[in-house]
This record gives sequence, structure tokens and C-alpha cells, in this order.
Amino acid sequence: MMHRMSRFTVTGTILVAALGLSLSACDDKPKAAAVSGEGEGALNIVAWEGYAEDSWIKPFEKETGCIVNRKYAGSSDEMVALMRSGGGAEYDLVSASGDASLRLILGGDVQEIDVSQIPDFVNFIPELQAPPHNTLNGKHYGLSYEWGPNVLMYNADKITTAPTSWAAIYDPAYKGQVTVPDNPIQIADAALYLSKKDPSLGITDPYELTPAQLDAAVALLKEQAPLIKKYWALASDEIELFKNGDAIIGASWPYQTNTLKAGGANVADTIPVEGATGWADSWMLSAKSKHVNCAYKFMAYVSTPDVQAAQAIYFGETPANLKACEAMDKADAGSCAKYHLDDATTYIKQIRFWKTPQETCSDGQANCTSYTTWQQKWQEIKG
Amino acid sequence: MIDSLHTSNDKAAGQVALGFRRLSAGLWRRPALGAGLLLAPPLGWFILIYLAALLALFLSAFWSVNSFTGDIVHEWTFKNFATILSSDIYQRIAIRTVLMAAAVTITDIILAFPFAYFMVRLAGPRLRIVLFTLVLVPLWSSYLARVYAWRLILAHDGALNWALRGIGFEGVEIGYTNWAMWIVFSYIWLPFMIMPIYAAIERIPFSLFEASQDLGAKAWRTFGKVILPLSMPGIVAGSIFTFSLTLGDYITPVLVGGPGSDFIGNVVYANVGIANNIPFAAAYATIPLIVMALYLAFARRTGAFDVM
Repeated sequence: MMHRMSRFTVTGTILVAALGLSLSACDDKPKAAAVSGEGEGALNIVAWEGYAEDSWIKPFEKETGCIVNRKYAGSSDEMVALMRSGGGAEYDLVSASGDASLRLILGGDVQEIDVSQIPDFVNFIPELQAPPHNTLNGKHYGLSYEWGPNVLMYNADKITTAPTSWAAIYDPAYKGQVTVPDNPIQIADAALYLSKKDPSLGITDPYELTPAQLDAAVALLKEQAPLIKKYWALASDEIELFKNGDAIIGASWPYQTNTLKAGGANVADTIPVEGATGWADSWMLSAKSKHVNCAYKFMAYVSTPDVQAAQAIYFGETPANLKACEAMDKADAGSCAKYHLDDATTYIKQIRFWKTPQETCSDGQANCTSYTTWQQKWQEIKG
Repeated sequence: MIDSLHTSNDKAAGQVALGFRRLSAGLWRRPALGAGLLLAPPLGWFILIYLAALLALFLSAFWSVNSFTGDIVHEWTFKNFATILSSDIYQRIAIRTVLMAAAVTITDIILAFPFAYFMVRLAGPRLRIVLFTLVLVPLWSSYLARVYAWRLILAHDGALNWALRGIGFEGVEIGYTNWAMWIVFSYIWLPFMIMPIYAAIERIPFSLFEASQDLGAKAWRTFGKVILPLSMPGIVAGSIFTFSLTLGDYITPVLVGGPGSDFIGNVVYANVGIANNIPFAAAYATIPLIVMALYLAFARRTGAFDVM
């Protein structure tokens, strides 16, 4: 995810109390797995803000003696840059999203992970055990962590019949009341919609677009531009747009829906029939890590149901560990169903996870378009 | 033992004092060397920190990025400048930024001049202090807080529309538009225009006003021939602030701008942060540098630097 900082700041304040309670109330604290070898006493991680909160990091430090030094990154690109800093040995772990993970693998910045050392791995959603954004040629370079969809959110007071298609955000009826993220990866949302609306374009993967397919998506987004009230940069922007009546429909994260609902606004969200894009984060281990044992202990620890649940509720997303459901409901009743962990295997099929657009398509042909191109096109779209 | 220590200490101190005296005598004979030594630290700082950063910016504008690995390729290329010159959107954004900076500057001159004139010529000493405080107090609060405040005022269900509807008018949709940016920028940079104009008007001797009147000039003529030319350096000095501050801003467009509100700064930010294309960002960042260099050259000719 690229503009993600904001998602963390607000959620935390509301939920941290509940979490702290739930974690401290649990007598049987989650145990880090017994990894062969002693911890090195330290662990340097690069993470999204909100991905390494004291409520679950402190117990880990106490238990393993691995002191966690946290560096928060604001974008996927910053994560890639940090993992390469100091010759690649500065940081051990990174919570990379799908649009950074491939770059790290292909750049040789991360090493293969032995998943047999992660006891909870077998409880992971099958689709997240070896997803293409962190597994290459059958080798695991990342351990799936948390995920979520980009949803269609609307003001249920103003739009009484629930929209079922992404066509709604391209509908001139909502002129001046639409909002979408200010992010080049939004092109994939348009491509996903076009793949169903106009099959003749031959779009099979919204992240692998030929120049002609990219042009079609860009043309659609340029038609959409006059309908846009604002391209939102921060989650709080979109919340304010909906609260003040500036926007009534738009692309969103579940977090905004939850926050607006908690504030008494009558909003709803849906995954339209075309499906949705989404994010899936993975923990990845630096190729030159100096604290491998601590890193494995950490990965095993954050895969446990309790930590996965705490993370999911703190942030507003879905864990990879199916067993986290009970812990989620214990911390915040109904949260397991709210984030669809109870029907994860069907829910996940509706989501096309973010990955970095590259010139080389997955079939090896070099006729796809790169992220740099996307970024320039995005600038053209929003003017 | 202690005595001998004392004497050796005294001797050392004496030698140091002698050394200083010789040094200062030497420097006195060579004033250029003395000045050089005095200026070396600030000059070194200036060259290392300030000019080196500019040079690095300018050099990296001629590099490129490997689109696959994201590494910077240190080979000379004009590709970045070619992209800027051949693309409509980057030119449009540059022109939008410069026009907005100009519009904000003109608005602030129109707002600030009567205000500053009132403060100097008409307000009593106590009222003047009150006005000064009113102008300066907003600068003590956070820039972000003030921009967010405007966002709430201009929103669809914001304070402005609430007031308009309350007195029976239609609400206006100016939130998240270039109009909103114009209003916010003009408000935020206004103190930077009022202060130099105030200083300039205050410098005009009162006798010149009387002389103009004694020679038969009407009020508008006194204004056109005496007050305006003499306060021009202040106006230009203020315009340097408002123009450069608007030109370099990228937060207000993000917060109160709508679609089609990006500034040069936003493109630079997106290319450094999201696209990881620092060379392109550097190339694009040279545009405001060139615009500002031209503007400062123009300002110098009007003597604006005398009152700053």
C-alpha cells in the first residue's frame, strides 16, 4: 500500500484500549515458536505504522530477549529503499505489500524462508500459503501476514439502492460527488472493471496491461476525472469528504466505512460483482540479515492467532491465520465476521491483490507496462 | 614541586599569549587573510550544505532510473527534460503553479496595501499594536491547522454554505477547487505582504505628502506619483515572499485542491515518494528555481532588497 500511514493513526486510538485489555487479560500469552538456535538479542524491522505496536511487541521482547528496533515506512518505495540501505544488512525484516515484495525478491534483497519453522503456517488460508506476490518458483520469500480489499463505499442516505458494480463510480449521475484514491495503482481498479465490461480488450490480470489495455483504462479514468470531487490522499480525507457531504460514493478501504459508521454516518460498502483489488502484506527476511534467529522467532510469533487478531482489529484488516477468528471475537465481538475471516476462502477469491506492474509480463513477454509508466499516466489523468 | 609547576604553567600561558599577539599582528598586516579566516566557517557551511545540495539536485536531473530495480543509473541523459518539454501535463502543471503564485501575489498586494497604509498613517499607536497583533497571531498557529480550518469552512456542508443557506442563498461548491486554493493561499501568505509594505510606507517622510498637496496634486495623484513609487520596494519584497511560498507549496493543493490542482511540488513529491524517480523529480524541480531566479533578478532592479 502506498498512502497508508493514515489508516493507522486513527484506528489505534479507538481500539488500543480494547486490545491492551484483551491481551493482558489473556493469561496464556502467545508463545514464540522454539526456533533452533538462540536469539541474537536484537531485531531491526521496517514496518507500516501500526504493524509493530507495543501491546504485542513488548511481550515478544520479554519472552525472547530480542529487542525490536522499529523503523516505520510511509510507502512501498520507502520500504524497498530502506531494505537496500547500508548494503542490505541494516534491517532484518520488512512488512512488504504486494507492490514491493516482487521488487525485493527480484532485486535479491530478501532470502528464502523456511516455513517449516513457523508452526502456525499450516493454519494459514490456503491461498496465502504460497501466493504469487511472495512465492517464486515454489520458494517462499515472504510469510503472509494481513490483507484486505479496496471496497466500493457509498452514502446510504443518498444512494438507496445498493450499487452492485464498479460502474457506479464512472456514472455521470454522481458528477462532482465521486472520490477515489490518489494512487497510480487505481489504474488497476479501472482495468479490473474493464476486464468484465469489455472482454474484447483481453485483460486477464489488472496489473499486467499491454500499452493498448493501459490506454483503455486511462481513457476510462480520464472520462471519470470530471466526476471526481477529490482524489483522496489520506484515509482521513475520504472520511471528511463523506462526513461533510462532498462525496457520496467512492473507492475505499473497510477502515473508512467502519470509522464513518462508528461516527454515526449512514454509509455502506460492498465488493461489486467485478471483484475488487486489495492489499496483502508479507514479512520478508533480508538476504544479509544479522539476526536470523530473532527474525524467525518474530515471524512465528506474529503468525499466532492472538497477535494476528490484535493486528487485524488495530488496523482494520483480515489475518492470514484462520485460527485467529476466536481471538478476534474475544477482543471485539463480531469482528471475525466483520473482516470476513469466517468466510475467508470465498472472500479472498473476490480480491485481486496489488502487485508491482512491470514491463515483463508473467508469461515472460516484455509487452506489459511498468509502474513508472503508470505513474506518469496517473498524473495525466488527474491533471 | 608546586612552585615549579606554576612557573611552567605561567611560561606556557605566556607563550600562548605571545603566539596570539603575533598572529593578530600578522593578520592586521594582511587584512584579506583576516577576513578570509573570519568568513571561512559560514562560507564553508554555505558551500557545503547549500550549494552542494543545489549542485546534487542539478546533477541528478541528468541521470535516470532503472525501471526494474529502481536503482539510479549514473549516465548522462536529457531524457527527463525531454519528457517535461514534450508532455502537455507537466507544462500545464508548471503554468498552473506560476499563475496561481501570480494571482495570490496580486490579491495579497490589493488586500495588504490599504491595510498597511491604514496602520501607518491613520491608526493611533494603540490601534496599531492591536492590528500588528492581529496580523502576526495567525503565524503562531500551525499552517496545517489553518488550512484544515479552511477546508471545513469551504466544504459542501461547511460553515460558508451553512451561513449562505441561513440567509436564503444557494450554497456554493468551491470546496476542493482551484478557487479554494486561491482563497487559502491568499489568506495564509497575507502577513508576509503586509509587513514589508508597512515598512516601506513608514519610511516615506510625511513632508513629501504635504509637498505633493502644496503643489496642487489631488489625492489620487499623490498616491500615484508619490506613495506608490516610494512603497514599490516594499511591495516587491512582499511579492517575493508570497510568490516563492506559493510556488514551492504542495500541502495546500493536497488538502484543499480538487482534481486538476496539482502543483510542481506535488509532482516532485510523487516522483520521489511513490514513483521512486528522483532524477525526474530533480529535473522538474529546476523549473521553480529558474522562475524564482528570473523573479529575483527583476526584483533586484526595482531596489526591493534595500528594504528587506
